[in-house]
Amino acid sequence: MLRLEKRPSPSQTWAYLAPVLAVIATMIGGGVMFALLGKDPFEAIRIIFYDPLFSEFAWYYRPQLLIKGAPLVLIAIGLSMGFRAGIWNIGAEGQYIIGALFGAGFALALYPTESPFIFPSMILLGALGGFLWAMIPALLKTKFGTNEILVSLMLVYVAEQLLASMSLGLMKNPEGFGFPGSRNLQQYDSAHNAEIWVGSGVHMGVVFALMAVIFAYVLLARHQLGFHIRLTGESPKAARFAGINPNRLIIFCLGSSGALAGLAGMFEIAGPSGQVNIAFNSGYGFTAIIVAFLGRLNPLGIMLAGLLMALTYIGGEIAQSSLGLPAAAIQAFQGMLLFFLLAVDLLTNFKIKWAKAEVTL
Amino acid sequence: MDLSAINPTLLVASLMVASTPILLAAIGELVVEKSGILNLGVEGMMIIGAICGFAAAVVTGSPMVGFLCAAIGGAAVSVIFAVLTQYFLSNQVASGLALTLFGLGLSAMIGQSYVGIKPPTTYKLDLPLISDVPILGPILFSHDFTVYAALVLVLGVWWFLKYTRGGLILRAVGESHDAAHALGYKVVRVRFMAIMFGGACAGLGGAALSLVRVPQWTEGMTAGSGWIALAIVVFASWKPERVLLGAYLFGGVAILQLNLQAAGVSIPVEYLSMSPYLITIVVLVAMSANRAKSALNAPAALGRVFHASR
Amino acid sequence: MSKTLLQIDGLTKSYPGVTANDNVSFKIKSGEIHALLGENGAGKSTLVKMIYGLVRPDKGNMKLDDESFKPLEPRAARASGIAMVFQHFSLFEALSVAENIALGMENPPKSGILSIRITEVSVTYGLPLDPERLVGDLSAGERQRVEIIRCLLQEPKLLIMDEPTSVLTPQEVTTLFTTLKKLKSEGTSILYISHKLEEIRALCETATILRNGKKVATCDPRQKSARELAEMMVGGTLNSAKPKKLKLGKVILEAAGLSLPPQSAFGTSLKNISFRLHKGEILGIGGVAGNGQDELLACLSGEVLTTPNTIRFNSKPVGHMTPNERRALGVLAAPEERLGHAAAPDMDLIENSMLTAMVRKNLSNAGFLNWQRAKAFTQTIIDEFDVRTPGPQSIARSLSGGNLQKYVIGREVLQDPDVLIVNQPTWGVDAAAAAAIRQSLLDLAGKGAAIIVISQDLDELMEISTQFSALNNGKLSVAQPMAKFSLDEIGLLLGGADAST
Repeated sequence: MLRLEKRPSPSQTWAYLAPVLAVIATMIGGGVMFALLGKDPFEAIRIIFYDPLFSEFAWYYRPQLLIKGAPLVLIAIGLSMGFRAGIWNIGAEGQYIIGALFGAGFALALYPTESPFIFPSMILLGALGGFLWAMIPALLKTKFGTNEILVSLMLVYVAEQLLASMSLGLMKNPEGFGFPGSRNLQQYDSAHNAEIWVGSGVHMGVVFALMAVIFAYVLLARHQLGFHIRLTGESPKAARFAGINPNRLIIFCLGSSGALAGLAGMFEIAGPSGQVNIAFNSGYGFTAIIVAFLGRLNPLGIMLAGLLMALTYIGGEIAQSSLGLPAAAIQAFQGMLLFFLLAVDLLTNFKIKWAKAEVTL
Repeated sequence: MDLSAINPTLLVASLMVASTPILLAAIGELVVEKSGILNLGVEGMMIIGAICGFAAAVVTGSPMVGFLCAAIGGAAVSVIFAVLTQYFLSNQVASGLALTLFGLGLSAMIGQSYVGIKPPTTYKLDLPLISDVPILGPILFSHDFTVYAALVLVLGVWWFLKYTRGGLILRAVGESHDAAHALGYKVVRVRFMAIMFGGACAGLGGAALSLVRVPQWTEGMTAGSGWIALAIVVFASWKPERVLLGAYLFGGVAILQLNLQAAGVSIPVEYLSMSPYLITIVVLVAMSANRAKSALNAPAALGRVFHASR
Repeated sequence: MSKTLLQIDGLTKSYPGVTANDNVSFKIKSGEIHALLGENGAGKSTLVKMIYGLVRPDKGNMKLDDESFKPLEPRAARASGIAMVFQHFSLFEALSVAENIALGMENPPKSGILSIRITEVSVTYGLPLDPERLVGDLSAGERQRVEIIRCLLQEPKLLIMDEPTSVLTPQEVTTLFTTLKKLKSEGTSILYISHKLEEIRALCETATILRNGKKVATCDPRQKSARELAEMMVGGTLNSAKPKKLKLGKVILEAAGLSLPPQSAFGTSLKNISFRLHKGEILGIGGVAGNGQDELLACLSGEVLTTPNTIRFNSKPVGHMTPNERRALGVLAAPEERLGHAAAPDMDLIENSMLTAMVRKNLSNAGFLNWQRAKAFTQTIIDEFDVRTPGPQSIARSLSGGNLQKYVIGREVLQDPDVLIVNQPTWGVDAAAAAAIRQSLLDLAGKGAAIIVISQDLDELMEISTQFSALNNGKLSVAQPMAKFSLDEIGLLLGGADAST
């Protein structure tokens, strides 16, 4: 019989090894899943993990890695700080939408004025939109103790309806022949979040994602606030004893994750997506949860995890066209990754031992 | 706008149908939470139930087989959560979220070839004369059998928790797993069973959605019902009879806004569609504002990890 | 000569890094009160858990009534006639007394009949209890009655009691002893676990002493002096801390009309608490657990804020100040719960030093943390307080209770506080560490700091406090010189009698 034994202190080795092991286990699990769907598992795994990077069309896919990775990393960095402190913002998808609407709304209102101040203002407004949307669960939690998980999540559905309303009403393209959706911001120079180097995939969002990683790293390792976040997550009572104001921390964590999610939405709508329409949000806000955990809530880890997750998105799309793998398969695949990660995480804190007939579990 | 098109009798009758999926999921989650486990995967288990039930019903032509498969499907994915949280001691919040994300993906994958199909109709109560009585007939005696099954289930859970030894042990485990362990109760086993029961209920709720309420299969069709079910458990302050009230309240809001849409109220459709989610938030706030009262009923060990060390 | 009820033969149980029990053998006779004596960590709890079926021995065997006894789980042990009252109660606060009792029985009768039987037993043994009340609303003494009645309803042959008096007032202890003696006269054996020597000498006729997991001796405690027993238990001679002659200075900390509503469903409220603390004074606050100790500490440390004027430091209102603002002034605290309150379990000692010493030790600059200096300070604590650990990088939960407590106290003492408030400074700590901690508190007071020691250990308070006051149901009695009190008077105070006049 297997028995668990708590390690005196968490294993450093396993902390690094666990995500790797989880990815390998997911490849195996995913392979089985693809085989059940009647696809060649080896080919599917190769297409998802190898082709985007090294196939003959890799020149097209590699920039995509940054384009898809940037919003994931931006959002996940924000979420990870809250998760560390035990503050669960799972409504990033909603904050992402609202940030996009704020930024795009501003630009659409000014169309066709051209000015160098438009795009920077959009960045600010995008962050503000996400921040405000996240303030709803934050204030409800600090004032009334309302569960932030449920509130932030409910607000995703509200934000989706708002998005629908905007793309069919207020922000609809007046020259769009009655089709839903706004003007395309890619064709509006002052508002376009264009690639900084053409063909590289590097747009402003990528730069911000990188800055967020560095900022979060410094914050957590060196700054009082980061220490307070970690302490609150480790032990809320000890945090109160240390003099940390839990409400201020809730405001900070939800606010900053909202702002980052809003930024991600803004960069997306002004760049790769271009248009306010019903299909704008594609689940980055939820996938970022997986990214945050896969990166072990560590800024550098999140950067790698974000790229890996972007890879599965791109690989999934290739597999969709070349193998006829259903689009949803990749979502299930990502969910499976999180399962395996949570499972192997056990090894960080516990040793598994063989024991004779000891009843422990 | 024509509000007279809204028939109060039909409104009440249809809210009972509309609230059944949430009611089933919520009563299952109540049992799970009473055992001290917070499973945020209700949405995922529900949608797995929705597609399993739908597929099975379409393939066999029997809605009953559909419901059975929905319960099995929901319970099966809940086992993943149970193993993670009970044996691998994973964080319950993270595991529940993973279950939801996984369930949404997996269901969409299974459901690919079932989009746009009509499922076989389910058994509906139709008593001669009684079902035709005005007002009471449509409200009480002419529903789909799931409506009655859900009510019976709520009653059963209420009775189980209040009057049986099993219910007492379940509550004890949720109150303090350490004390229950010290008395020799199998904490993990009790919780494992509770989680599976919750999964089966959520699965049934999903099937009630895809086979009765809608009835057809679309990707992501639960659209937050699982999360609303979680909110209802909080609203009900962990009391089965209040889960019923909560579910009917939300069913009522959902139906009312649909009726208002149909009646052509001047409020845009999108804002009406938001209302169930906004109401959920309002209710959560109202419940948490007088926390002292409801906290008494909250299982004290809710969400905490149990590991019997020595 | 009565016959042997339970024979324990060579029981051994190891955990990684520790041998909790090493070849322990002794016998418990029918109708005797048998003491199991030992320090914290001597292996008493593990031993009784093996008897109760919660833990399985690696080696050795047991015989109950001359038949092999191998309980696989508590249920089996209960079926064989063994019942146990736990040190940390295995009770469910949100459930009623009757429900709690039903949970501890194999085949409980219907709830109506059960209530009647509870009332019967409670009358017979002088343990009044209302079956319908919620356990969360009961006092510690009443909760223990629930556990005892739960055991008695099963008519056990052997009743195991793990540190039963640690939560009781002296008067409640007397009542408990009467009950236990009555049980013994009816032929029930009792295994009585304690480290309190006087109690054991008053109650038990046989004592088995454990040290570091090994049996040291089995003897008749009435034939030995408390000192002899203590030395067998500790394995050396004992030094107790000696208070220096203290001179009282001016009032430095003052509470006036401090009240606080309950902070949780089953929390205690504070009622109109007032005291004046002088420089150089050690105010001992005694009281049974759950009478407002945690709440009082939280108010004084700043974890819970009150109106400014209810707490004054050097005549300046501080009731509204946060913990760090008070630390800046020189008011420091160390709460009871070492792991999870005074220290974060999974953080290393350096980070835990940052937890309280950031302000006074200048460990941050414009919000950026100076980990180097935190490490140096941690090393100082480790050196000066003899904290046994591989180094400052060890995480808090890897330390033993005594070492962690030395670290926690050291962390506060070395910040040179003007006022230090400690709650249960030596709870669950081995004798040597406890003596060192008490000495450090005395030294600190000798340097002119004022100290409040909240403790449930009366011996400790009598040893180090200059003034004494009792906390009962959220009310604090008027502080008076420790030397004025007899044990009986203290007992009355702890029980809520007003002896201030």
